[in-house]
Amino acid sequence: MLIDASERFRKAGQKRGKEAKGAMNDTPVRRRQTTLRCGFIPLIDCAVPVVAKEMGFAAQENIDLQLVRETSWANIRDRVTVGHIEGAHMLAGMAIAANLGLGNVRSALAAPFSLGLNGNAITVSTSLYERMAAASDLTGAEGPMEMAQALAEVIAARKAAGDEPLTFGMVYPFSCHNYELRYWLAAAGIHPDQDVRIVVIPPPLMVEYLEGGFVDGFCVGEPWNSLAATAGAGRLIVANADLWRMGPEKVLGLRTDWIEREPEAVAALIRAMDRAARWADDPANRTELAALLSQPDYVGVDAKLVENILAGVLQRSPTEPPTETPNLVLFHRNAANFPWKSHALWIYSQMVRWGQVPDTPRNREIAAATYRPDLYRHALRDFQIAMPARNSKLEGSLREATPVGSESGTLYLGPDEFFDGRRFDPDRLDDYLASFDISRPFDPDAMAHFA
Amino acid sequence: MSAAESITILIIDENQIRASILKDGLSEAGHTRIVVIDEMSNLLRKIVDADPDVIFIDLENPNRDVLEQMFMVSRTVRRPVAMFVDQSDSASIEAAIDAGVSAYVVDGLKKERVKSILDMTISRFNAFARLQAELDAAKQKLEDRKIIEKAKGILMQTRNLTEEQAYALLRKNAMDREIKISELARSLVTASGLLE
Repeated sequence: MLIDASERFRKAGQKRGKEAKGAMNDTPVRRRQTTLRCGFIPLIDCAVPVVAKEMGFAAQENIDLQLVRETSWANIRDRVTVGHIEGAHMLAGMAIAANLGLGNVRSALAAPFSLGLNGNAITVSTSLYERMAAASDLTGAEGPMEMAQALAEVIAARKAAGDEPLTFGMVYPFSCHNYELRYWLAAAGIHPDQDVRIVVIPPPLMVEYLEGGFVDGFCVGEPWNSLAATAGAGRLIVANADLWRMGPEKVLGLRTDWIEREPEAVAALIRAMDRAARWADDPANRTELAALLSQPDYVGVDAKLVENILAGVLQRSPTEPPTETPNLVLFHRNAANFPWKSHALWIYSQMVRWGQVPDTPRNREIAAATYRPDLYRHALRDFQIAMPARNSKLEGSLREATPVGSESGTLYLGPDEFFDGRRFDPDRLDDYLASFDISRPFDPDAMAHFA
Repeated sequence: MSAAESITILIIDENQIRASILKDGLSEAGHTRIVVIDEMSNLLRKIVDADPDVIFIDLENPNRDVLEQMFMVSRTVRRPVAMFVDQSDSASIEAAIDAGVSAYVVDGLKKERVKSILDMTISRFNAFARLQAELDAAKQKLEDRKIIEKAKGILMQTRNLTEEQAYALLRKNAMDREIKISELARSLVTASGLLE
């Protein structure tokens, strides 16, 4: 049955490829086929590369997109580094870390395309949630700040009683999950390196670890929060869309030597990804996308659950009615694919804040240069695609979706507020870093073997 | 004490057969301090207890990310670092990743001392992969034979053929269609299932 479904998608994709080709006769189709081996991790936000392959958008650009499923981010990093794959569905921070030479590896990577925004959430164990609710009279509808404060109450009580610190899981040291979790904890005065323990857990093992009591909570991408919540293992308390309404997440990370060798193919790939992202973001395709992602070769979870996540419908616990989170995950709308330099620099700011990298003008430059809006613009310049006028923006300043100046057509940006009301001005990084009470100084000894 | 003996090697692999093949190889090469972890619970404690100089972990193991972060934050383990192309013998590292294994070496350990251990690991991982491929091929062959038997049976019954005739018919049709006999047999069995 599953083979049949996959076959059906492949045929639909081929058909679509042909139709699209016919409709776009003006576009010169490149003659030579280029192969791109692209790694991915089973998560909802691998949707864009999956759609690019399965719905024929890559083939239509004469790209032979070979998707390689991996079990760890370390594998993705290693395979890109040794050249087994040319690119990957990659944590935005991974590409920046690789260029900065963090994590014992220096490889030249670039991010010319963002694979979407948001899609993460924070879930705590049912027992921890009960303690939080009891200590702070929670109704369950509280926002991120109230939730963090309720957690701070529990942590203070545990400390007074001499209990072990709580343990939280995230997916990778250079992930937005790590930075979002830390940002959220610190906002309520919880020091992520002193008041709790933070450990790495592979996404597919999160639910098991929560059920087994090895962690008290975690920050992970969907569908793993929804799975924990529907299984009754935990209570989903914060969607990251409520922490930062439009936060960066995964990028298409490519080896820069491949970019230099295959400039035409890079442009074709970005066009294919752009069309795939449009398709994936269209509510009319939601059911089909959910069926596609639910296949065992991709994410391998229940299609109905995936469809709810795509629609922003969250089951926060088995007993509560589902809630709607607009922009739980964005694949295309609101310039979700544009590689904003301000996103790269925000991630860098958090690397500095948590002592992962020393702040130097050179490092700032490397981080910002990892994102390549120039490649994005170049690939899509002839396609009447609304394009932002600038490469960077003031993050956290838009309360509502706002039309902005764009090179063609109307482009809506935001809402993009942070839950604590902060704004991130990439031109005033020093002020931003100085505004945090809780941080960790760079420790050359602790990071020496990673630098 | 020889150089080989003074190094503690930790193998983290949920595949017990592969782990023991590697362990045997390393023992034969004169290494005596080899620890195998095939069960991932309480990983940090086990690593601290083993106090390894060299760690191997298979690439299918999702706990690689867990391991690397442990090395990063833990004050209790000596810090092993991942072996990488730019810092080590690049051909060996590529070969290791090709073979499906990654290596971590405690800081300060000389590359030359690790080289033979790494090479042994790569060759044993590759040997295991070949073994696995042969096993898979044998299994496939058995399955193909079963399905061809079934298809022959269907043809013998419905078209009143002898076994030889049934096989000849399958063979000819498969050749005409340029597909494998087992493929045709599978289609026939599926189709006849629908007609029942």
